[in-house]
Amino acid sequence: MSVAETIGDENSLADAEPLLRVEGLKMHFPVTEGLFMRRTVGHVKAVDGVSFTIAPGETLGLVGESGCGKTTVGRCILRLENPGAGKVVFAGTDIAGMKASEISKLRQDVQVIFQDPFSSLNPRQKIGSIISEPLRVHGIIKDPTKRRERVAELLRICGLNPRFADRYPHEMSGGQRQRVGIARALSVNPKFIVCDEAVSALDVSIQAQVINLLEDLREQFNFSYLFIAHDLSVVRHICHRVAVMYLGKIAELADCDELFDNPRHPYTQALLSAVPVPDPTVEEARSHQILEGEVPSPMNPPSGCVFHPRCPQAIETCRREVPELQEFSPGHMVACPVVLGK
Amino acid sequence: MISAAVFADQIAMYNPEVNDFAAMLQAPSLDHIFGTDEFGRDIYSRIVHGARTAMLVGFTAAICGSTLGLLVGVTSAYFGGWVDITVQRVIDVLIAFPSIILALAIVIILGRGVGPVIVAITIPLIPNCARVVRSSALAIREIPYVDAARAMGFGHARIVLRHISPNIMAPYLIMLTTFLGQAILAEASLSYLGLGVQEPTPAWGLMLKSGAEEYAESAPWAVIFPGVAISLAVFGFNLFGDAMRDVLDPKLRDR
Repeated sequence: MSVAETIGDENSLADAEPLLRVEGLKMHFPVTEGLFMRRTVGHVKAVDGVSFTIAPGETLGLVGESGCGKTTVGRCILRLENPGAGKVVFAGTDIAGMKASEISKLRQDVQVIFQDPFSSLNPRQKIGSIISEPLRVHGIIKDPTKRRERVAELLRICGLNPRFADRYPHEMSGGQRQRVGIARALSVNPKFIVCDEAVSALDVSIQAQVINLLEDLREQFNFSYLFIAHDLSVVRHICHRVAVMYLGKIAELADCDELFDNPRHPYTQALLSAVPVPDPTVEEARSHQILEGEVPSPMNPPSGCVFHPRCPQAIETCRREVPELQEFSPGHMVACPVVLGK
Repeated sequence: MISAAVFADQIAMYNPEVNDFAAMLQAPSLDHIFGTDEFGRDIYSRIVHGARTAMLVGFTAAICGSTLGLLVGVTSAYFGGWVDITVQRVIDVLIAFPSIILALAIVIILGRGVGPVIVAITIPLIPNCARVVRSSALAIREIPYVDAARAMGFGHARIVLRHISPNIMAPYLIMLTTFLGQAILAEASLSYLGLGVQEPTPAWGLMLKSGAEEYAESAPWAVIFPGVAISLAVFGFNLFGDAMRDVLDPKLRDR
């Protein structure tokens, strides 16, 4: 079975030299059966040929419904999973092909903020120890007094009282814990941070604070973010560009405003029409596009375009040919033969 | 109820040690409250001194057994894959032996004395603890803070020792206290079979043996009191283990 790899034209995606370039990334998890003779009966195609680039200082949003593979993309970039195929080029080196022993340096450049602030901190460690451990292990700051000062500074940067260093995670609220998670990620001076649903477990008011913090940090330290989320309003607020994923593939990738104002892919249109508008008259006048059916199993995805069984605009070609992500207008990539007018 | 159990255990556990110090100051055979054995030795003093042997062997074996089990279990769960499968099969083999038979075999290989007895009792304990710990560690491994530690680039040893092991303390401590009772019983059994601690070192199992073989009818106190000592010690540690479970389980603690 050959699946066309959707390799984007990187020059059109970002003007600057990309910090991160993902090319044809695939991650298939084997599904095994049988008690004695383990046979692989199929693969869950969590990520199936994803390509994008991220420029220095840029935030790329990655949206899509649950199970579409967006978290797996993040984990592959972090090398928490070993990608099955494709390239993840970070600052000129291919992460995907790295040996385990070479990854240590990468760990300082690429960091992660997790979704759940309650399980992402070790409950047996004090906050100060959580933040200073990377500094100690990587030998970034060897002097214990200076290390304590740095921890206090990181806590201040993240809007926490430096006295929190002596507390345990269970003594803090969700928002405070998430700030600790951010401080931990910052401790190694990363260039790139994967925010895996970093705000979706928080209250709305806390979400806003954390998002503002992430934006401030981006301006201050010139990070790039891969912002994985399913909340479209959050994505619109923080991201420069947005990629929409469906069933392991990127359906559409465009500048943030362009994508929200002028969505092209039928899936993106459906996704955006599901977001309520806070004006009742506008909301009533709007045409809602409700998708029929369920998301197909990623173990046995539909032929051709994976979206075609639910797509209101599907034509015969969609059933047979796997659409490639192609440029619709400058910087606006769509994987849909109907939109591209074929 | 629970707090009463907690205090009862502490009384049961600390009594032997208190008695220990008192007996050290007295000369043996001054006060024969439990009678004397065939060599005229004071049984009460020997029981108290025997507690030392029991505690030394019991604590060392239980701590070594559960700690090694912890490391084996966490490592096995953390690495997964073929490491896990291999370790689990070795553990299956060890569990298949009755632990007293395994201990006997080890004593025969290593020779007699306190050191070999400790090793002989420790080794059968390891697989039991490793299996329980592994199941807890499998759950901990999937929690994001372990991913966070990996993303930070920490070494495997650091993740196993600092991030996973401390979070398995509850089952570990319960195993530890259960093992204390088991180890004391195993020590007594080995001594009784003549393969444990050797005369003239006072040990409960030894006293039971010499008493039971010849003087069970004419001098029953030589058998009864060491037997009672073993039962009380094991019972006490089991109670202590129960209480630990109650204290460490947050659902029970709240009541």
